[in-house]
Formats: sequence, structure tokens, C-alpha cells
Amino acid sequence: MNLTPVLTDTWDKDRSWRLATYERNGGYAGLKKALTMEPGALVQAVKDSGLRGRGGAGFPTGMKWGFLPPPDGGPRYLVVNADESEPGTCKDIPLMLASPQHLIEGVAITSYAIGCDHAFIYVRGEVLHVYRRLLNAVEEAYKAGYLGKNIQGSGFDLDVTVHAGAGAYICGEETALLDSLEGLRGQPRLKPPFPAVAGLYARPTVVNNVESIASVPGIVARGADWFSSMGTEKSQGHGLFSLSGHVTRPGQYEAPLGITLRELLDLSGGIRAGHELKFWTPGGSSTPIFTQAHLDTPLDYESVGAAGSMLGTRALQIFDETVCVVRAVSRWTDFYAHESCGKCTPCREGTYWLKQVLRRIEAGEGQDGDLELLVDLCDNILGKAFCALGDGAVSPVTSSIEHFRAEYQAHIDGHGCPFDPSASALFPYTPKTRTPGALTGAGAGGHR
Amino acid sequence: MTADPQAATKTGYDAETVASLTADATAIMARYPDPRSGLLPMLHLVQSVDGYVSRDGILFCAETLGITAAEVSAVATFYTQYKRHPNGKYTVGVCTNTLCAVMGGDAIFDELSDHLGVGHDETTDDGAITLERIECNAACDYAPVVMVNWEFFDNQTPETATALADQLRLGDDVVPTRGAASVCSFKQMSRILAGFPDGRADEGVGAGEPTLAGLAIARERGWTAPDAPAADGAADGTAADGAAAGQTSPPVGTPGSSAERKPATSSDTEVGKDKKPGEDAK
Repeated sequence: MNLTPVLTDTWDKDRSWRLATYERNGGYAGLKKALTMEPGALVQAVKDSGLRGRGGAGFPTGMKWGFLPPPDGGPRYLVVNADESEPGTCKDIPLMLASPQHLIEGVAITSYAIGCDHAFIYVRGEVLHVYRRLLNAVEEAYKAGYLGKNIQGSGFDLDVTVHAGAGAYICGEETALLDSLEGLRGQPRLKPPFPAVAGLYARPTVVNNVESIASVPGIVARGADWFSSMGTEKSQGHGLFSLSGHVTRPGQYEAPLGITLRELLDLSGGIRAGHELKFWTPGGSSTPIFTQAHLDTPLDYESVGAAGSMLGTRALQIFDETVCVVRAVSRWTDFYAHESCGKCTPCREGTYWLKQVLRRIEAGEGQDGDLELLVDLCDNILGKAFCALGDGAVSPVTSSIEHFRAEYQAHIDGHGCPFDPSASALFPYTPKTRTPGALTGAGAGGHR
Repeated sequence: MTADPQAATKTGYDAETVASLTADATAIMARYPDPRSGLLPMLHLVQSVDGYVSRDGILFCAETLGITAAEVSAVATFYTQYKRHPNGKYTVGVCTNTLCAVMGGDAIFDELSDHLGVGHDETTDDGAITLERIECNAACDYAPVVMVNWEFFDNQTPETATALADQLRLGDDVVPTRGAASVCSFKQMSRILAGFPDGRADEGVGAGEPTLAGLAIARERGWTAPDAPAADGAADGTAADGAAAGQTSPPVGTPGSSAERKPATSSDTEVGKDKKPGEDAK
């Protein structure tokens, strides 16, 4: 399958982030065309294109827009979720660094389509230069008349505020993001009501991922048919596939949905020399892990789902045979325990106990029955919290036990980890040993 | 609700500081329909003055927004970028989430921790560096990653990271792999995160090699996205211009596919209800 650069197409240009560069390469043709169309026709075009949310959930974007209630004279908001923090996911941040105008044009078109005159971009606070580029892109767009009052003489007004978060994975969950944007702790809301009905300031709100919104200008300029000519029957269009880990040439590969990992590995030079694939995530750490058996699974929503995982954010984290699956999952679990917002007891307490049990298995202090305990804990978290963070936390645990139960058991039976952590690093080093029982990477304090 | 700068304040700030903070806070609140939305940038703002979220900073936010100090503290303690004690001039964050950790992040953290004599969230005696284990920072294709004041230092090793730390402690400028031409201080960074740019957006690269990996192959092999149907000879990056006159296409896909189906049941209209486990976490 050939790669299809659309969003990435300007990234190798000189000063790719500047408005002038974007315009020279066809930028803002979509907005100019959109402003001549009826808003309803734009919503229909995006529905027709088959574009589905690129932030992980895969919900049809046009349908999400269509859920807004009829205008009642009050404000309606577009909020762009640029809080990219799912482990392994690294597509929106490079997009906004290289070509922020792609997103700004998409924001303008989407706002026009849904009747919004104040849009927000919520970007995580831990990417300083991306924030600089976004602020600058918005300023350039105002000066050029793509934002502000009476855009391109159309009578349409739009203000855009770029808002920096402050370090919280949970704010990638759309209702937690809205609470955070309202100046509160970022905790998910009970749904319904959904943001389409009562979102930001309890007003009708569309929350979309960066890549989803950035895909809109192309759909408008080139047509829904053009977009849906790429991809599979139900997973249409182009998407960024982010390869990381033990591959020869990690990076961003923009391809039609439905490409396989085998094809992507061919393009990226394969697994690092002298090694072989052990396990991988199709869409970030919250998606159940895959193995060599899934090399030919088409990476589209339906096929990945049918194979027992989720397409998620197309964050393909590749691990070779040197990587201890217990160490990998234990570390992801540390992450979920750290990032659980604490609102729901099953997630808050459950991730804490998952972390304790996984750490003791990794440290060689696992007990018989620990695997059953882990599975039982997962069962008490899955589906029992407001949002999907808890569900995401159990995915790596249950899927890794399913695929690598013997490896877990070996840690328990052998009272330790049979892997050399330095073998998976990209450079040679001698692991430090200090506090007895301390895990690798524990630092001078030897914390557990 | 906005406090008059001349009004009595419980903060220990002098009049000049209060006046300048108030002017900035007013500008922040003006960006939002509801001033309370300005709390996160306002907390970044007080960090740009005090180097952490101080007691005075919390009181200032509370007085400005007309909420209680407890309400401000509740927010400040939720987010990891808000520091509860004075931060070093530079936050050095080593990604030790799974992918970076196994690729060498653990070794880098251990080495830096030994080298600096501090652990996670501790600051060196000279006040130069606060060391942190950080979570995934969306640069996995550049693993292992180190962030200095949230600028990218890609593809690190224990040697490059300790050399970087030494430079920072000597007060030398350091240059991120993808970022501004040099790393600014924690306080300067906090001011930018409050939404006051420093005019350095044009510094640095647009993309590193991994970001362009797929595009480079496409260029080499002459691969492009398909031409727009209505365009005559539109190709490459100019397709968008050529296709601007194209018509909106009729619906495609099979009847009953998710892209086609009209909302019918309540679960169709309750957005997100049909999400599968894990899908919503990002």
C-alpha cells in the first residue's frame, strides 16, 4: 500500500509552520470554499467523507457535529483536544509543530459549520514550542483575515483561544478537558448530558481531536469522494501511523487506513537489526497488545476490533524479544495509577493495587495466585468508572497475561526477572544496583 | 469580581507586583467567556513570578477570581506542572514511561540521579535543576526523550544527558533538538504558558527526521495522495487549489454502515455511550 501524504505534505518545506508556506501549498482553499457553502452542507460533506474521530474513539465526526441541538441564539463552542498524552501517541504534537495552520484552517471551517464564534484549542502544557507555534499561527491567521471579524468578507466572526494545560493525562478525556478548561480539576463528568447538549459552560459543544479537525480542510477542498477513496469500506481516509520503539526508522507514516504493520515495517526498515518482533500496541497503551500473529491485521477500526484490540490513535509501539512484558506492563500501570483522577473508587484504588502486585512480580516477590488476583482486579475496574481511563488501564494487563502468561509465571517461579534490562536499550550500559529490591530506573532514592 | 489593584490584599506581594500581576490576570480573563477559565494560565503566571505556586500566588488567584483559597489549591494540587515548592531554574524531565524506559530512559534517569545526587522531584543544592521522571511526552519516535523546561531533547543517552545537566549547572545556553534556539528559564517558560508569547516561535526546526520518515519515502517513490476527482491535472501539494471548485460528493459506503446510518436510538444520540473500553482515555 502506498503512503498518502496529505497532512504531512508540507512538513518538509522551508519554515513549514508559517502561514505563507501553507498558503503557497494550497492552504485555506478549503475555508474559502466553505464560506460559500451552507453550514449544513459542510456537515453533510464531512458525514459523506466517512471521517471518524482520530483521537482514539473513532466516532463519526460529521455525526458528532450533527448532534448539536438547533441554534437557540446562545453560544456554541468548538473545543479541539490537543492534549495528546496517551503513551505511544505522537502524531498531533509534530503536526502542530510543523504545520499548525492545518489545524487553524480546520478550526475555522468547523466553527462555521456548527455555528460557533469562539473556539478553543486545549494543548497540553508540556510542549512549550508547540504552544509558541500555535499562538503564532493564530496571530498570523487573524492578521490575514482568516480569523476575527467578518472573515474573508463573509460576515462570519470567529475568535480562537489557545489554552495551555498543566500536566494531566485525564484532560484528554473530553468531559475532563471541559472541566479543566472551565478552571477546575480535570475530572470526567457523568454522561449524559453529552457535550453536544451541555458541554463548555453547559452550552452545546463539539470536542474533536487535532488530526480530525486538520483533516477537514482537505475534505472540503477536494471533496468527500476524494477522502473516502482512501482506506477501507468503513474506515475511510488517511491517517498518521506513528511507529516507535525497536524499528529501524521510527516516525510518522501517513497512509490510508487499512495498511498493515507488516507493510509499515517494510517501509520503516523492519525491526532493529538482529532482533524480532515480540509484542506491539496498535493504538497506544490503552489498546490491548498484539503479537507477531497480528502482523497482517488491517489497521482499520473494524479489523483491529475484530482481532481483539482497538485502532486507537495508531500509536504503534514496537517491542522486540529483549523486552520483558512484565516490566512494560508494570510501567504502564504506574502511569495509570499516577494519572487516575481519583473520582471513581474502582479506578483510583484498582490501579493502585494493580501497581503493587505488578511491581512485586517484577521484583521477584510474586506469589502464586497473583495472576488470578490481577485478572480479578481488572474485572473490578473494567466498565465500573465514569470514563475510560480505568478501562484503558486494564487493557495491557489482561492482554499481556493472555499472550504471555508463561512469562509472568516465570517471574513468580524464578523469584525474579529473567531479562537483562540493558539488552533492550539503544546503547550499552551496566544497570545500577543499589537498594535491595529496587526496580530498574528507580533512581538514587531507590523508590518502589 | 476582579480585584482592584489598590484594594487590600492578603498576599505579601508589594504594590508593584500586585499591579503587574493584576494587569496580566485581567488580560488572561479577557480571553474567556467566564473568567474562572483563566485559573490554569493564572497559576502558570504566578509560577512565572515566584518559581512555584506560592501561598501568595494562591491568594492572588483567589482574590482575583472571587473564589476561596481552598478552591484554588484544589486545582493547583491536581496538575503536575504546578510545583508546590520552589522549582529549580530548569526542570529536567526524563521520560520513564514504558517505551522510553526500555529504550534507555531508565538508565538515563539512574545516571542523572546519581550524577546530580537528587531523586524524582528534588532540586540540586545550587537551585539549577529539578529532576523529574515524566510521563509520555508525545515524542516516542525520538526515544529516549529528555525534556528541559518542556523543550525536546531527542534521542538521549546517559552521556548526553549528564553533559546537558552539567551545561545547565554552569549557566551555559543549551539548544533543544526541536524547539527555540535556547532553553529559557522555568519562570520565563511559565510566563509563556500563561499565554504571553516571547516572540520565539520562528526559531528552531519544523520537524526532525522521524517526523519526516514517511514523507521522505513518499517523495523518493513519487507517492502522493490521490488526485481530487473534479480537478484537472491537480497533483501534489497544489491539488487543494485545483480541487477548490469540486462538488460535494453524493453519499458513499454501504447502506447501514456507521458513516451512513441516521441516528435512530437513544444510544445514537448520546455521544460516547457506544465507546469501547479504553477508547475514551485519549
